[in-house]
Amino acid sequence: MAQHIVTLQKGALQATAQTGGCGECQTSCQSACKTSCTVGNQVCQKSE
Amino acid sequence: MVTMTTTAWWSDLLNDDLAANVFSFACGDYGFVYDVNTNSLHGLDQAALQVLEALVACGGNGDKAREQLQAAGALEKSVIDEVLEELGALKAAGLLFTKDLWREQFLPAGTAVAEDVVAGLTKEAGTPLVKAMCLHIAHDCNLRCTYCFAGTGPFGGDRSMMSEEVGRQAIDFLMTHSQGRRHVEIDFFGGEPLMNLDVVRALVRYAKEKAREYNKILKLTLTTNGVLLDEEAGRFLNEEGLSVVLSLDGRREVHDRMRPYVDGTGSYNEVLPNLQAFVESRGHRDYYVRGTFTRENLDFAADVLHMHDCGFRELSVEPVVGDPGEDYALREEDLAAMDKAYRQLAEEILARRAAGQPMRFFHFELDLAHGPCLAKRLSGCGAGSEYMAVAPNGDLYPCHQFVGQEAYRLGSVTEGVQRPALSRQFAEAHIYHKQDCPTCWARFLCSGGCHANNAGANGDLLIPARGSCALAKMRLKWALYAKVLEGATER
Repeated sequence: MAQHIVTLQKGALQATAQTGGCGECQTSCQSACKTSCTVGNQVCQKSE
Repeated sequence: MVTMTTTAWWSDLLNDDLAANVFSFACGDYGFVYDVNTNSLHGLDQAALQVLEALVACGGNGDKAREQLQAAGALEKSVIDEVLEELGALKAAGLLFTKDLWREQFLPAGTAVAEDVVAGLTKEAGTPLVKAMCLHIAHDCNLRCTYCFAGTGPFGGDRSMMSEEVGRQAIDFLMTHSQGRRHVEIDFFGGEPLMNLDVVRALVRYAKEKAREYNKILKLTLTTNGVLLDEEAGRFLNEEGLSVVLSLDGRREVHDRMRPYVDGTGSYNEVLPNLQAFVESRGHRDYYVRGTFTRENLDFAADVLHMHDCGFRELSVEPVVGDPGEDYALREEDLAAMDKAYRQLAEEILARRAAGQPMRFFHFELDLAHGPCLAKRLSGCGAGSEYMAVAPNGDLYPCHQFVGQEAYRLGSVTEGVQRPALSRQFAEAHIYHKQDCPTCWARFLCSGGCHANNAGANGDLLIPARGSCALAKMRLKWALYAKVLEGATER
């Protein structure tokens, strides 16, 4: 039982390298900002 | 006699660049470690944070870390060992200290990550696959925003409007150049696109017809300053299903100082009620209220909170882009004030949500579990390859921020992309080719920053703009912290 560390999110980024990109996601800069290309807060079209 | 030895779990870390693969941070009672290569996030208590940081500082040598911590009288050996065991269990589970499996694959110069995977250039003809376009419907504006990167509308050229004919050619270009991609996007941008609303109406109809013909799923957005956003314009945007980005800088004095009319008077009094009525009319769906902050409102958290007080829930503010010589331009010495503002935002958003007041800040909406795939994270915004901007005369540029810069003109909607080599430079400007990015902890969240920022600051797509880079990391740090706070509240 962990006493000092609690996992808040199990990420699966490495698994997505196997499936490859479908290219269907939204262009990041268009979404709200128009001045930065932060992609971390985008949605994957496959997971919608 | 045979001596049995066991290998410590951390022996595998000794040759790793740990600072490139884990990021830890603490603020107040909350600490966390982010595993860069999987996007995993773990909350840490004080002891865990101390041990983790010592382990990283000792190059992954747990024995050395234990020695140092004990010598400093920081922690009991039993506590250190408990933490080391927990860290080891996370590593064994593939949730911490994971390796970057792709760096070597994409590091060689000339590798376009996007090729065959997400976008970029098709192998056969070297023709860009373009799936998103920003149409500069109007190179004119009814405001004279001090910081406007479009030179208050015309992007360094003449004040002009896009004709329906050029718009149709742009749409035709998108339909054919998006090739096998089903999702295509068009953003109506300016200047102020509502100054040319009749053309927007005609192009929305045309784009929908063409999308049916080409079997595309079309996403339309429009970015407006809200001055002309009356009931009729709002009805059109709602009925046609356009997402909108609405410009408001926050508090009245901040907004009016930066976003005046042509005669110099502030626009807040007209813009705010227009935006409020419009957002209400669409049931608070598919919009962002987006502001720009400058050196003159480094306390921009107050502006975001003001937007929320005005009834908006989907919010964003962006750092100003502009000539570093301007009084309003952000400077490195302003980073501490910005840090304070992002922290305040993270904490206040959580407090307001807990009080039953929904609120989302674009840059804190990290989706660690279901976000974009690796290919997307490497290639970033796709400007210049899968995303292009169209000037009113039909000229193509890598994105809206390059419009009017002859050195970056790619071609036109009638002639096509005449400079595929330039397009390829953009496709290859991914994180493994950029200076500093391959070993930066934020690489899969920021994707190497904005091409226009980088080109503007250094004249080189491969050298990240220093100020923007520092700001992006700071913002992501607070975004992760917001996740940790959210997790702590839910437990």
